[in-house]
Amino acid sequence: MADKMSGTGRAGHNRPALAFHVPEPKFRPGDAVDFSDLEISEPGAQPRPDEGCAPIDTAPLANDLIRVLGDDNAAHGPWDPKLDPDTLRRMLRTMALTRAFDERMYRGQRQGKTSFYMKCTGEEATSVAAAMALAGDDMVFPSYRQQGILIARGYPLVEMINQIYSNRGDKLKGRQLPIMYSSRPHSFFTISGNLATQTPQAVGWAMASAMRGDSRIAATWVGEGSTAEGDFHAACLFATVYNAPVILNVINNQWAISSFSGFAGGERATFAARGVGYGIASLRVDGNDALAVYAATQWAADRARSNAGPTLIEHFTYRAEGHSTSDDPSQYRSAHERSEWPLGDPIMRLKNHLIHLGEWDEGRQEALDLECAEQVKAATKDAEKNGVLGHGMHHPFHTMFEDVFEELPWHLEEQAAQAIRERKIKWPQA
Amino acid sequence: MNMIEAINDALDIMLSHDPTVVIMGEDVGYFGGVFRATAHLQEKHGKNRVFDTPISECGIIGAAVGMGAYGLRPVPEIQFADYIYPGMDQLISEAARLRYRSAGEFIAPLTVRSPFGGGIFGGQTHSQSPESLFTHVAGLKTVIPSTPYDAKGLLIAAIEDNDPVIFFEPKRIYNGPFSGYYDKPVEPWKNHPDSKVPEGYFSIPLGKARTVREGDTLTILAYGTMVHVVSAVAKEKGVDAEIIDLRTLVPLDIEAIEASVEKTGRCLIVHEATRTSGFGAELSALVQERCFYHLEAPIERVTGFDTPYPHSLEWAYFPGPVRIGEAIDKILEA
Ligand SMILES: Cc1ncc(C[n+]2csc(CCOP(=O)(O)OP(=O)(O)O)c2C)c(N)n1
Repeated sequence: MADKMSGTGRAGHNRPALAFHVPEPKFRPGDAVDFSDLEISEPGAQPRPDEGCAPIDTAPLANDLIRVLGDDNAAHGPWDPKLDPDTLRRMLRTMALTRAFDERMYRGQRQGKTSFYMKCTGEEATSVAAAMALAGDDMVFPSYRQQGILIARGYPLVEMINQIYSNRGDKLKGRQLPIMYSSRPHSFFTISGNLATQTPQAVGWAMASAMRGDSRIAATWVGEGSTAEGDFHAACLFATVYNAPVILNVINNQWAISSFSGFAGGERATFAARGVGYGIASLRVDGNDALAVYAATQWAADRARSNAGPTLIEHFTYRAEGHSTSDDPSQYRSAHERSEWPLGDPIMRLKNHLIHLGEWDEGRQEALDLECAEQVKAATKDAEKNGVLGHGMHHPFHTMFEDVFEELPWHLEEQAAQAIRERKIKWPQA
Repeated sequence: MNMIEAINDALDIMLSHDPTVVIMGEDVGYFGGVFRATAHLQEKHGKNRVFDTPISECGIIGAAVGMGAYGLRPVPEIQFADYIYPGMDQLISEAARLRYRSAGEFIAPLTVRSPFGGGIFGGQTHSQSPESLFTHVAGLKTVIPSTPYDAKGLLIAAIEDNDPVIFFEPKRIYNGPFSGYYDKPVEPWKNHPDSKVPEGYFSIPLGKARTVREGDTLTILAYGTMVHVVSAVAKEKGVDAEIIDLRTLVPLDIEAIEASVEKTGRCLIVHEATRTSGFGAELSALVQERCFYHLEAPIERVTGFDTPYPHSLEWAYFPGPVRIGEAIDKILEA
């Protein structure tokens, strides 16, 4: 028997053969798409428990889908945050600006102005509406698809583009991959390329805030694929153990590069449901419904601020574009998914809501889109004065050795001298 | 004062001195840590400052990074250096690079304390010396004391440092210096001059080595437990060795090393960690690059073997007097 694979090594067993399961998405390239089996709940039908409720009371909401905006473009139910029209217009504008920014930067990458870019098309609500429901000095620990937060917080577009171009204006001295922003004045934590590492850090920051009797809370964003990392589980554990004032946002955009959410366990349980097991209040929201995202974030922020503890929010959304400029989604998923996505587009839905309220119209939308495009274009021009990637207008060589430590140690000083010497030989005219 | 008491004293002083210092780790709170290094600190400073954590090194270090970014100075304890690996990514990719990747906007001023090294029959999971893994990482400082006096002064400096520091405590010498002879009783610290530790606040700058003993025939570079082993061997052999305790591996006191090797012309490097790619390889390369024309003999390395730390054969693994003695003879004969 030794040379034969067998379950127990015992001969003659007659138990059924076990089958190995490898998750498979429902649709592959060329497939017709049918999302009718997705359980999309009725807008307004979800109860809104008190912010101070026991975590277990949120269990039904972790498996439901909190929705406010209906197909009739009206806001429904107890989760309607009842925002005034100005706030709604500001939200719409920020989301539209984020999309315009993505469009232009994507083209910039294609034109060779930078190495890489990542869009958040279809996910604008999950960052913009969430950021608007937080206080401006609440600390955010984002992943790489939350450019909307910076835009919502008024970070200058020029600075974002300088960073993307890694030019001499880049506040991060050209060290980070494009889109990995950092801005302490905007309470925006430096982005890491190592997935999910920001989640326990956000919890630690929130713990520190609580220890010091501060009033600021923390929020973090992580992709559903990245929740598979141990860091995320450590984050949930620390958040619950210390009742940390933190919001853990899971952006379930269905895809982690080419791997669908099933590879992070999404076939078996919702991502929100994981929080319940830890004793964390957990909500699952329609991530393409800006009002639902706002309301859920506001609920979680109120909860954190009143020392009632952490909240995990799963934002159910769809990654409408490729993973990044290095990705071609037509190689692994059906092109129809985007158009068939049953939760629509967050910007369109908010726009239609405002129109429904009589506070907006198509003409104003057109003007807004144009204005956003112009604003980004102007910022791009300004940033280009500082150079684009690879065109020599970068930070001086010596900066490469700075900030490794607070003070430059002898070995880095020696290596800096070497880099500068090499530069004179390689580029004598520079 | 023994080394544990010195560490406890340093932590106590820093907790009193700086309200942003917090201590966290498995069992460090109520119980005071498995080695008692944090004994009574929670009692004295409260649970907001000294607290237990889940058994999650990734969580401990990850949360400490966030606390550091907030403006605290966390001093996480990793119960044994062998358990630092689940927290490695948070140390290497996050703590070490936070300052760099944010161009100074965010820092992670943590001091990760962890008992390391063998010689206490800890088997292969309580004995490792992983220091070279950290010295290889840009942005981390690595500190290893060898006396109670240094433990206190260096730990205070490490906590005050704005860069992330790995503070490895040689647990073999927590209670007394170890000469490398397993069959001889260990002398308690109280009979040793370096156990006289001043009261109150003082610090020892990182990046400065300590000349344990001056000599003319041979330079011995060591740190942690090995400082005591090489001292005992040199004394026993009657060799006029200059013994340098590096104290910090990063930043390294290259001037002290160069000056000594230029004087003696011979260099022996001793560490307990496995040999291949150990910190001795780095030291050897540096001495060769910088002191080649002063050398009268090949540089020698005495290290642990390239095996996990064996429980029953710990004695055979440990770089003891025989291995060190032979290397000294070889260098002097060359
Ligand atoms: C620790 C780690 N492993 C792998 C990668 C490579 N990687 C970058 S993005 C990505 C997919 C992440 O998917 P998800 O978390 O769902 O976020 P999304 O891109 O969909 O927003 C992978 C595997 C990485 N950056 N870090």
